[in-house]
Amino acid sequence: MNALKLHRKLDAIWSSEPGWRGWFSTVNHSDLGRMFLGTAFFYFAIGGILAMLIRAQLATPHSAFAGEEVYAQLFTMHGTIMMFLFAIPAIEGLAVYMIPKLLGTRDLAYPRLTAYGYWCYVFGGAMLLFSLAAGIAPNGGWFMYPPLTGPIHSPGINTDFWLIGITFVEISAICAAVELTVSILKFRAPGMSLDKMPIFAWYILVTSLMILTGFPPLILGSILLELERAFGLPFFQADLGGDSLLWQHLFWLFGHPEVYIIFLPAAGIISTVLPVMARTTLLGYGWVVAAAVALAFLSFGLWVHHMFTTGIPHMGVAFFSAASTLVAVPTAVQVFAWIGTMWKGRPELHLPMLHILGFFITFVIGGLTGVMVAIVPFDWQVHDTAFVTAHLHYVLFGGFVFPLLAGLYYWLPLFTGRQRFFKLGEIAFALVFIGFHGTFLAMHWVGLLGQRRRIYTYDADAGWTTINFLSSLSSFILAIGLALVLIDILMHMFATVRGKRNPWGAGTLEWAAMSPPPSYNFASLPVVRTRDPFRTDTDLAERIAKGEGYLAKPNGNLRETLTVDVASGKPDYVVRYSANTRLPITLSAVTGLFFLSLLLKIYWFTPVAVIAIAIVTWRWVWSSGSRNDSGLVSVAANTKLALAETVEASPGWWGSTFLLVANATFFGSLIFGYAFLWTIAPGWPPPQWLEPWAPELLAGTGSAIAASAFIRMAMRQNRNGQSPQSGCLLAFAATIMTAVSLCSLMLRIPDPTGHAYGATLLFISGYGLFHTLLSALMLAFLSARISAGFVSPQRKAAPAIVRLWTDYGAATATVCLVISHLPAWLT
Amino acid sequence: MFVGSAGIFILVTILLAMSFRAKRSNSSETTLERAWIIGLGICFTMTVLAILLAYGIIAGNRLTASHSEDAVKVSARADRSGWTFSYDARPGHATRDILHIPAGQNVTVSITTGDVIHSFWVPRLAGKLDAIPGHVNTLKLRANEPGTYAGRSAEYSGPGYLGNRFEVRSHGADTWQAFLQGELD
Ligand code: HEM
Ligand SMILES: [Cu+2]
Repeated sequence: MNALKLHRKLDAIWSSEPGWRGWFSTVNHSDLGRMFLGTAFFYFAIGGILAMLIRAQLATPHSAFAGEEVYAQLFTMHGTIMMFLFAIPAIEGLAVYMIPKLLGTRDLAYPRLTAYGYWCYVFGGAMLLFSLAAGIAPNGGWFMYPPLTGPIHSPGINTDFWLIGITFVEISAICAAVELTVSILKFRAPGMSLDKMPIFAWYILVTSLMILTGFPPLILGSILLELERAFGLPFFQADLGGDSLLWQHLFWLFGHPEVYIIFLPAAGIISTVLPVMARTTLLGYGWVVAAAVALAFLSFGLWVHHMFTTGIPHMGVAFFSAASTLVAVPTAVQVFAWIGTMWKGRPELHLPMLHILGFFITFVIGGLTGVMVAIVPFDWQVHDTAFVTAHLHYVLFGGFVFPLLAGLYYWLPLFTGRQRFFKLGEIAFALVFIGFHGTFLAMHWVGLLGQRRRIYTYDADAGWTTINFLSSLSSFILAIGLALVLIDILMHMFATVRGKRNPWGAGTLEWAAMSPPPSYNFASLPVVRTRDPFRTDTDLAERIAKGEGYLAKPNGNLRETLTVDVASGKPDYVVRYSANTRLPITLSAVTGLFFLSLLLKIYWFTPVAVIAIAIVTWRWVWSSGSRNDSGLVSVAANTKLALAETVEASPGWWGSTFLLVANATFFGSLIFGYAFLWTIAPGWPPPQWLEPWAPELLAGTGSAIAASAFIRMAMRQNRNGQSPQSGCLLAFAATIMTAVSLCSLMLRIPDPTGHAYGATLLFISGYGLFHTLLSALMLAFLSARISAGFVSPQRKAAPAIVRLWTDYGAATATVCLVISHLPAWLT
Repeated sequence: MFVGSAGIFILVTILLAMSFRAKRSNSSETTLERAWIIGLGICFTMTVLAILLAYGIIAGNRLTASHSEDAVKVSARADRSGWTFSYDARPGHATRDILHIPAGQNVTVSITTGDVIHSFWVPRLAGKLDAIPGHVNTLKLRANEPGTYAGRSAEYSGPGYLGNRFEVRSHGADTWQAFLQGELD
């Protein structure tokens, strides 16, 4: 088959529906990556306009432009949009687009999940946009400290938009993180062992794992605060046994890693682009990977440095102060590895390189002021002044926006297959650079003079007028620069000439695909033997296109790719994806109805929405798999591989594992919250503990253990060729028994609105009940699949997945029951 | 601290600029790794951090409240429109938005709040400390000279945050006695 014929055949299988309709049914990662990036930059523009309004207000003392209330909405929404609707989705978009191409494969692990995540982002973001347009936007600052945001001091709907909208958007972050983790671990070109992986993939892997463990505390905090606001469960009210410090812990447990979640992918871009710009390879690949991992670990120990002024004991402060400064080490390792790379090679000043230099200058200043902020006595002086805001922008803009622009300009020829024609980008860079530093150096300065952040005006005699004016003026130069970047990119997309393949002479696989990349990425999957296979092997692209790699023969209408062994990169099994579908957008619309019912307080509708979600999900999962055993699939001349449904460690199993990692972090944060309230909050012990009741405890824990045993029995039956139906049904019955025990527990809890103890217990047992019911639903699904003939000794993927969830449900139910009974026995 | 920061910044800039020079060294990958990553990345950074940290901990110790017997004890209670101060040495008396203290003596301020989170900050006297519902934080202050010091809340507290300010008046021995005797409000 020649290259063109192969292209036509593959494209017919993989392409999305033509025209705008295709947007709603596409599951292709290139499409969705572009959509993610487009939407993220739309929010960047909105966030930027809000920033301009803020600076316009602060340009002169006593500006009558925005009042106090409007100003509060402006800065809250600016921060919120930039962090949640721009930065994180932009990273997800870039990773979704690039990762399969860098890894030499055809798509991500779960194409439908990519689409679901995208639509959750769109719908959740739309809620926040609506609140902004209607003038009822959140107004408590981007970290939303209660009690200011609690029901007493903020009775309006503003805060609910934040809590509910952001939680909705967070779903997309979690989906993307699960997806990227599994894709990087399993979906690579044959032969690409971990140590041959492009450095960007390492960074995205670390980032994804951080999202999985960093976001759950925030989701938990948001749910608790929303429960307090909606139903009066007093988690954060000091007079009822709650504590507003709990929110601060949960928020910064997320918020500090968040900064690194934003920075690490940007560092990944630099580690990819910089060596190419210097015509060499990255210095100290292993060191850089180790530094990224170290940064991830350290960043979780650091949240308390945002709480230095809350009166944490001095020893604690000293410990966290030391740990905070320690992150400078892995950061410095990366920075010096990059500078060393430049010394090793011959750096050339192309546009991406300019942005990287912009990054260096800005980020080093930001890092140094960061170390200053981490030093406690200094922090006491500048905490909550414009100095801190300025520092934060040096890190976020320097550490994220400059690298992102470097990456965009670097990969633009790949996105479009064209070459830049007008030299607008250089002028834009100069304006952005000058404007940025003007704006924020001035803000450092007024901060040191004592200007607090979040004030909507200041006195003319404070002596801040000129500096603020300079800052505002520069911010408009910055805005013009960013607008020019946009115009440059648009002109590039529509008005320039075709470029040649691989204009930078890079060595990674994405440049070996056609550009713009076709729907299927690679006509055949290349065999990888070095870290940058395209550098030495220049006719690799032709061989891929001619089908001289794996999976070169299209198989009917099937979208096929293969997975590899995690460490060695040896081919493992073949995966068949589902084609274009509207299920993802439907499911996220139904999810949206669920959140909307909470926002509008139409609570009778909430269960309806939950059932609708369950039904759509059921259909979603039902539609894959087959009723007949099939043999091995031929993937190359003399290599045959099994199908995904015939292995226990199937993609679904991997995804479930990482989803459960996130879930366990959520549960862990919940237990932390319980322990925190118990030991630190004022107003404990509560007036009354839960009465221990042995039968309930024994029935609950006993049936939980039984459920785990029965699902194992089902798997054993299946392996031995018997029908697993009886084991499955017994597990189902046991799970229902656990659910009954948990319901009994929930009914006996002391008044949940009277004390945070009751509220916490209600939430913990509710969490246990939810997971027990989820296990029951999955077991019912499995039983239906067994009856319909989808499970056989050979097709054993489904029971393994259900076992994971059953075990998790059983474990959480047991923990819930035990810790509810514990306090009364201990005291 | 600023000199040190500027020094590091200039070092990085020079290293960047010099990488554009024409001549290449032909040292091996491992030598480069040793110089850049272990030398500069790890050893150099660790040294700088150790110095900074030692400074931070020593200075931090001086600032936190230790329960010295002779300190004058006052309480501060914040709310969204201002601050109410009361005095152990003058029970039953409270002042609004003005904190009276004796000059030249240690003062411990017990800080709490009646509604949302605020932060007690008198830039010229001490670092800031939060007022958190249900908790009492103590801050050590000392004004050596009699005079008036501006103070303000430094944690966003919703509408009224801008105007949430107070004043600290430190008195010489005579006026302080007069204040304690009730001859001065
Ligand atoms: C485009 C140029 C930008 C300008 C001119 C700008 C300007 C500002 C200003 C003046 C404030 C302070 C508001 C106040 O305290 O009164 C602020 C706050 C903030 N900005 Fe930006 N910003 C920009 C970009 C970004 C980016 C790219 C991010 C994040 C990725 C970001 C994140 C934040 C956050 C988190 C806050 C704190 C909001 C709060 O206090 O609740 N900004 N920005
Ligand atoms: Cu932090």
